Amino acid sequence: MGIETAHDERHRTTSGVAIEPVYGPDELKHFDRQRDLGLPGGFPYTRGIHPDMYRRQLWTMRQFSGFATPDETNRRYHYLLEQGQTGLSVAFDLPTLMGYDADHSLSEGEVGKCGVSISSLEDMEILFRGIPLEDVTVSMTINSPAAVLWAMYLAVAEEQGVGWERLSGTIQNDILKEYIAQKEFIFPPRPSMRLVTDTIEFGVRHAPRFNPVSISGYHIREAGSTAVQELAFTLRDGIEYVDWALERGLAIDEFAPRLSFFFNAHNDFFEEVAKYRAARKIWAYVMRDRYGASAERSRKLRFHAQTAGCSLTWQQPYNNVVRTALQALAAVVGGAQSLHTNSLDEAYALPSEHAVTIALRTQQVLAYESGVTQTPDPLGGSYFLEKLTLETEQAAQRYIERIDGMGGMIAAIEAGFPQREIAAASYRYQREVESGERVIVGVNRFQSGGQPIELLQIDEASARQQSAKLAALRQRRDNGRVSRSLDALRRSAEGRENTMPSILDAVRAYATLGEICDALRGVFGVYQETSHL
Amino acid sequence: MPRPIRVLVAKPGLDGHDRGAKVIARALRDAGMEVIYTGLRQTPEMIVNAALQEDVQVIGLSILSGAHNAIVPRVLELLREKEMSEVKVIVGGIVPDEDAEALKQRGVAAVFQPGASLDAIVDFIRSAVPA
Repeated sequence: MGIETAHDERHRTTSGVAIEPVYGPDELKHFDRQRDLGLPGGFPYTRGIHPDMYRRQLWTMRQFSGFATPDETNRRYHYLLEQGQTGLSVAFDLPTLMGYDADHSLSEGEVGKCGVSISSLEDMEILFRGIPLEDVTVSMTINSPAAVLWAMYLAVAEEQGVGWERLSGTIQNDILKEYIAQKEFIFPPRPSMRLVTDTIEFGVRHAPRFNPVSISGYHIREAGSTAVQELAFTLRDGIEYVDWALERGLAIDEFAPRLSFFFNAHNDFFEEVAKYRAARKIWAYVMRDRYGASAERSRKLRFHAQTAGCSLTWQQPYNNVVRTALQALAAVVGGAQSLHTNSLDEAYALPSEHAVTIALRTQQVLAYESGVTQTPDPLGGSYFLEKLTLETEQAAQRYIERIDGMGGMIAAIEAGFPQREIAAASYRYQREVESGERVIVGVNRFQSGGQPIELLQIDEASARQQSAKLAALRQRRDNGRVSRSLDALRRSAEGRENTMPSILDAVRAYATLGEICDALRGVFGVYQETSHL
Repeated sequence: MPRPIRVLVAKPGLDGHDRGAKVIARALRDAGMEVIYTGLRQTPEMIVNAALQEDVQVIGLSILSGAHNAIVPRVLELLREKEMSEVKVIVGGIVPDEDAEALKQRGVAAVFQPGASLDAIVDFIRSAVPA
């Protein structure tokens, strides 16, 4: 180029890809429309998985929600559905995510704080009271104890008289990104992967419309990765799940159509759109060439997106509405199948009803007012976006090859590779913010005074109510049946059979989440990570 | 040469979001301090024992889960029991203003909320620890 600005450090994506002063046909000399792009709905799906995209069906507006007791969250769900939300997404509190009952000593101070507290089937019954599981799709953000919470959900469906073959929804159940980024793990990687594979297999046989895994880059990005790292580590996690399911004896086209993905929608608009497009393209080729998948549905990467929680600022919180809208726009022009928009108050607390309503309205404005839904991949063919999509893809492929070379994702995690890459990227990002090189409006530039906002408060009453309910349950239930079911679960975990049927039996007997996870801890052990600074 | 300031960066409670704790640990190290990072899911007892064994002058607690009102007072109480009240306790994370004030009244040296700069944290520690 010869112009100095071409190498200007200020003109880079968040992943460090240099951005040229201007893009034209020269940048796409090696671009092959057939190989790199295709048509919307056609291989390699760079332009989207449906030919008519949002004309046929809008994305699912799915606000991640859960707090305090199952009673209170159930009321929020009814509110959100009345406001036009089209699916539910359950946020669980930390004790639930870690497999502890609400009355465990380690749960002190944490019950109902980051999500809803669920300790038994009784809580799950309350959570979905009055919500027809046949009609509403439900996504559950649960990982280490996902098999247990899914069993509770399946048991509630049984009680509602809904056959499992009619249930649609998703359990996140992506344990690999827990070791990499979010760190809500219980058991060591291999037994955890066995549980994930049990759910994939059980889903294929008994709940064929349910997504048993949502392979998630969201948390990798929130932990501070770049967009390229998010993409690469997520797709490599996907490859790992596929390898385990094949090893179990499942055929690729039996389970691959039900694998779903979950990506972040961060600030750098074009880089994010490029990321979603590159994700679809890489996955299509992985499915076709690495695994020989022949079903079209196996090759189509479907994804949920959530705007970037880590981009929300505590300072001038109303600016978060604008950030979220731009991020959501990237997800929509990037072809997301479902979307969560963050609320303006989430740098402080779980969202208030007022804040979550604005977040939902943001999606509705995009869907019904902006016009961006009228044609698929509206930015396709832009010199800049196509070049960026190629560069993002190539950079991600290099990471995937490196991890292949290490012997796969579990070996890479054990070596601390993705963890170190993310820690370095997040430190670099923070240094850029500190130096002012990266501008955060209201934080390191354009500061002004405070803007007080009303926050959702969660007190310790939830913990007391949950503990009292558990004490009553332990009195009331058939404790002989509980201990027999837990013994059977231990035997099944020690063996090689699928653990889902015995987890279901324990859940139906009202064994608690903590009791079931303790039985599994006894067999599998617990994971202690080595910290990588 | 004065002895470098020794800081224990700890992640109490069940939360696994360790991005902030790790960034702070690195920044303090880059500023010339000796940093010990405890890793995840430390109980107040484990944190105070580590502070004693590592002979630190500062404990930095990173809490994003809203459990600060249960965890931080317990750390302060254990420090008093072990006659380690000279150890400065600083808290970083999602702590609402009222809670931050209440924690400071109970003996926390400083609370750093989202958006706090790394330099401000480094400067605070340097000023709070007697040379």
